[in-house]
Amino acid sequence: MAEGRAWVYGDDVDTDLMAPSAYLMKPADQVVRHCMEAVDPAFAKSVIPGDVFVAGKNLGVGSSREQAPQNLQALGIRYVLAKSFGRIFYRNALNLGLPALVCENTDRINKGDELKIDPVAGRVENLSTGETLECEPLPAHLVEMINDGGLIPHLKKKLARKGV
Amino acid sequence: MTYEIIRSSGCHTSRDHSLIIGTSKLTGSKRSPVPHTICEKIIARAAGVESVRPGEIVTCKVDLAMMHDSSGPRRQIEKLEAVGADVWDPDKVVVITDHFVHETDPDSIRIQDITRDWVAAKGVKRYHEKEGICHVVLPEGGHLVPGMFLVGGDSHSPTAGAFGCFMIGIGTTDLTGVLATGEIWVRVPHTIRVEVTGALPRGLAAKDVILSLCHRIGLNGANYKAVEFAGSAVKAMSVDERMVLTNMSAEIGAKTGIIAADSKTLDWLREAGAPVNGTGSMSDPDAAFEQIIEIDANVLAPQVAAPHSPANSRPVDENAGVKIQQAYIGACTGAKLDDLRMAAGIVKGKKVAQGTRFVVAPASNRVRDRAAKEGTIATLVDAGAMILPSGCGGCIGLGPARLGENEVGISSSSRNFRGRMGAKSSQGYLGSAYTVAASALAGCIVDPREYV
Repeated sequence: MAEGRAWVYGDDVDTDLMAPSAYLMKPADQVVRHCMEAVDPAFAKSVIPGDVFVAGKNLGVGSSREQAPQNLQALGIRYVLAKSFGRIFYRNALNLGLPALVCENTDRINKGDELKIDPVAGRVENLSTGETLECEPLPAHLVEMINDGGLIPHLKKKLARKGV
Repeated sequence: MTYEIIRSSGCHTSRDHSLIIGTSKLTGSKRSPVPHTICEKIIARAAGVESVRPGEIVTCKVDLAMMHDSSGPRRQIEKLEAVGADVWDPDKVVVITDHFVHETDPDSIRIQDITRDWVAAKGVKRYHEKEGICHVVLPEGGHLVPGMFLVGGDSHSPTAGAFGCFMIGIGTTDLTGVLATGEIWVRVPHTIRVEVTGALPRGLAAKDVILSLCHRIGLNGANYKAVEFAGSAVKAMSVDERMVLTNMSAEIGAKTGIIAADSKTLDWLREAGAPVNGTGSMSDPDAAFEQIIEIDANVLAPQVAAPHSPANSRPVDENAGVKIQQAYIGACTGAKLDDLRMAAGIVKGKKVAQGTRFVVAPASNRVRDRAAKEGTIATLVDAGAMILPSGCGGCIGLGPARLGENEVGISSSSRNFRGRMGAKSSQGYLGSAYTVAASALAGCIVDPREYV
């Protein structure tokens, strides 16, 4: 469990906002500075490690570019909460070891609220409002992968076990 | 119903990796009594099980993995090293450069070099350098046969569904997993069937059908689902046009889009050199669709999506008169031979409005060459079109078709998210090639039916 401050956005936050195409050929540390700049230039500058990215419906709609969740993670975002996700973004986030949780009541969260999250139990405590929100627990078949830190370390472990 | 087994001999190699594709697992005395959709049949075959049910999680063997210069080698090298694995089967990997092509800056040049060196080092023979956009070059290269299970490192990978294939878009790390193991887990999707009845009126195209669907069900209307397109209007469409439907199934959140292969599909693939000798799967007549959506093509009006979402699609009248600085025919969605012909039919003998840039980037070199040979390119150029090399370009705000500050553009591509086509302050509209070309003549968004 961890605590973090909420950054709150609306529906349909697309991958172009999180990782604008014009910078995709640049090294990762340059791309990250432009994350969300089209709608919130303060985000990339002000986010701190442990913060939580909260959105409405369909977070990560659009491209398959993994730089979208990767940028959030590189900026220090610890959890991503949304009412629903674009399917590729969802897989990408989990594959990177960034827990993406489906939470129907993200509109109960305000910008700057302190959140305490238990991804396995599927519980979000809003310490600022005193409210506890339910979210869908992480898919059971992926918990081991996320505990390993994502697909890359998970595969490494699995292949080593097989003796490949 | 008869089921056919398709054999596809792998090309370029002495190794025997022939694929048995189709519904063989479901045929004969062992056939499950439960009816299935095309997608369920392909997933079951790839998972090596008799049948699958929506919601079930299965691990599938991948017939081919496609990637481009953005999702590909430049991001795979480190990840594969971190896993400590090599490419599971170089003969099942297709690499197509299309994002940072016609490279003029040092970053893009470096990416092209990394890509070229990697495919050479790994022995990847299915490599297409600057031949066009991956979703168009993949079928053109003869890599597809109906019934295949594929993954692609790009969100528009469902385009291959127009050929009766199940292809999903995935991110870089998922792609590393496939490259290392040849496998991927999937949750079997429910299927939504979209029945496009009637016939498209003159001046309308597949783009209008899919834009109207984007409006109707929204950007996540088919989230995690498969969408199967059928009906008389789909049957009547060319393969190029069908590709628009499956391509933009990504815009409604679908896991993939698919259309059962027919004689048109097979002719198209054979001409491209694919080893096709059967028709692949069809959904059983009594298969369980989660939802059936009907679209009456007879009464459809040309659609235009206003900024900044394909879901903002409305009949063209609602956006008519919006002044534009650029009209772009491009992208995997909107610059195939049929799109270029639609545009040429509109502008033939006329001139583009002053102050409007009419930019055409054919979806592939093959499209460009065919369009040149039949005079379509000349017609476009005579009207004032600028022809750009093939690549993702203007669709993703790269290259000469990038929209400037506060500019307004209409495009035959698939997405108009804020800042995608260029500057953050630019306004991107989407429409069919007919609508884009007619708007180029008028200098503002117009109803193409007045021009055909």
